[in-house]
Amino acid sequence: MASNPEPPAPTASRPALIALENVGMGFNGQQVLNEINLGIQAGQTLAVIGESGCGKTVLLKLVIGLLRPTAGRVTFDGKLLVDLPEREQTRQRLRFGFLFQGAALFDSLTVFDNVAFGPRAQGRRPEAEVRETVRQRLQEVGLSLEVAAKKPAELSGGMKKRVGLARALALNPEVMLYDEPTTGLDPIVSDVINELILQTRLKHSVTSIVVTHDMKTALKVADRVVMVYPLARLRPGEKQILFDGTPQELRQCQEPRVRQFVEGEAQSRLQEMRT
Amino acid sequence: MATVGKESPSVMSAAGAAVSDVLAHVGEMAEFAARTLAWVVRRRPTPGTFLPICIDIGLRSIPVVAITGLFIGMVLAVQSYGQFHQMGMATRLGAIINMSIVRELGPVLAATMLAGRVGSAMAAELGTMRISEQIDALDCLGVNSVHHLVVPRFLACVLVIPLLAIFANFMGVMGGALVSIEVYHIEGYHYWHNTQGFITLWDVIAGLIKPMFFGAAIALISCQRGFNSKPGAEGVGRAATESFVYSFIAILALDFFLALFLNNLYETIWGTPGPRLL
Repeated sequence: MASNPEPPAPTASRPALIALENVGMGFNGQQVLNEINLGIQAGQTLAVIGESGCGKTVLLKLVIGLLRPTAGRVTFDGKLLVDLPEREQTRQRLRFGFLFQGAALFDSLTVFDNVAFGPRAQGRRPEAEVRETVRQRLQEVGLSLEVAAKKPAELSGGMKKRVGLARALALNPEVMLYDEPTTGLDPIVSDVINELILQTRLKHSVTSIVVTHDMKTALKVADRVVMVYPLARLRPGEKQILFDGTPQELRQCQEPRVRQFVEGEAQSRLQEMRT
Repeated sequence: MATVGKESPSVMSAAGAAVSDVLAHVGEMAEFAARTLAWVVRRRPTPGTFLPICIDIGLRSIPVVAITGLFIGMVLAVQSYGQFHQMGMATRLGAIINMSIVRELGPVLAATMLAGRVGSAMAAELGTMRISEQIDALDCLGVNSVHHLVVPRFLACVLVIPLLAIFANFMGVMGGALVSIEVYHIEGYHYWHNTQGFITLWDVIAGLIKPMFFGAAIALISCQRGFNSKPGAEGVGRAATESFVYSFIAILALDFFLALFLNNLYETIWGTPGPRLL
């Protein structure tokens, strides 16, 4: 049940679907990401792991063009998303689905209207077709139509995440971005979300980036794992991506900082924080 | 001297930082306003997003605007009656009360009330949407967040606030008349007759033009503060407070410049200054 997906075929000759080249990002003079180089092939499921505050979510928002990098460039399918004309940018963004950390459901709308929001906004599909899409997507994530009439405030954390996933899938994206999909959920619901990520990949053949600090999620759903390390803790001359490899390689990695994260051991960290 | 020498650079740098901060705010606001106006021209909002906001801003503001307007009129009557009575000009009270309300107090105070009631609520709502990533979600679903969230609020404020200002004017005029005629026993005929010569169609038009600008300022400032809200309850609270403070300053500044502009426009068109009381 919980097996890793097949690793993608060798892709050396194929250009990356998503490419980050020497990307840097900072806010109010504080640098978060520096010289990030990363290529993601079509069909790949990449897990981005790292401590809180190391810039994982920022990386995800750079990929979809919600943020403009302060250095370097981010391309999707060979295009610089942030520099595209608005109409074309919107068209390209619709090739993505984004599951936000807190699901980001629209408070004022019902579950049904949240999932129908994307298809309706495109305005080209008859309402009957939209209703059928919503029904299918809710069914895929294991939610009944009885839930459809509820408002987001009436849902549990796991249900919100599943509605968020249904909403993201309603536009049949080619790329799924997951921001901390299992954070704040109990182990069973977390595994339900993991299974849904795997199921989504199999059913819709999507490329996925999963930002997480949940090792179980990273090892279960990804065929490639990247570990981003906080800039402030890097040694001089070190790259911010401390690890890049398969889940199997991650399990065998002997780099102390990677092992520390994988095993969830604080070691001397508390002492460092106090000083 | 040594102290002054030490403090001067820090004072200068603090002043420089403050000026730079203000200029950055103005720049951000101008950029936000330009984006909003571009979307206003490009595409109308859907009735589904526009009408509920009109109802929220319009219908739900009627009680607060009515009470504000009524008391402004009554207070003006109470404060002015003594002086006018001493000069034997009590029957002219209607002119000063109604002119003050229609030209200045009605629109300005109605706009101020709405900056508090509507502007702060808009900033808090959009701020909450920002920090819960709902605005990012809109952009990811192929919906421009400025067009979907700001344009309907902008148009609703520009269209509805003038109507509320008219209502505030009406209630103010009624409040002034109530106190003057019923409490101070000024002859009703003279009260209304003396008003006629001083409230012109121009005053009514000016009273409609000003609130449109006030409404635009309230909407742009409140939405911009909400869109740029910092995380957490403190961030949203600050966005709501700033939206009111900045809107209030904008209303007063706009009132001054619009008064100058409209007076000059009146003189240019009719060749005489506007009607005078005495």
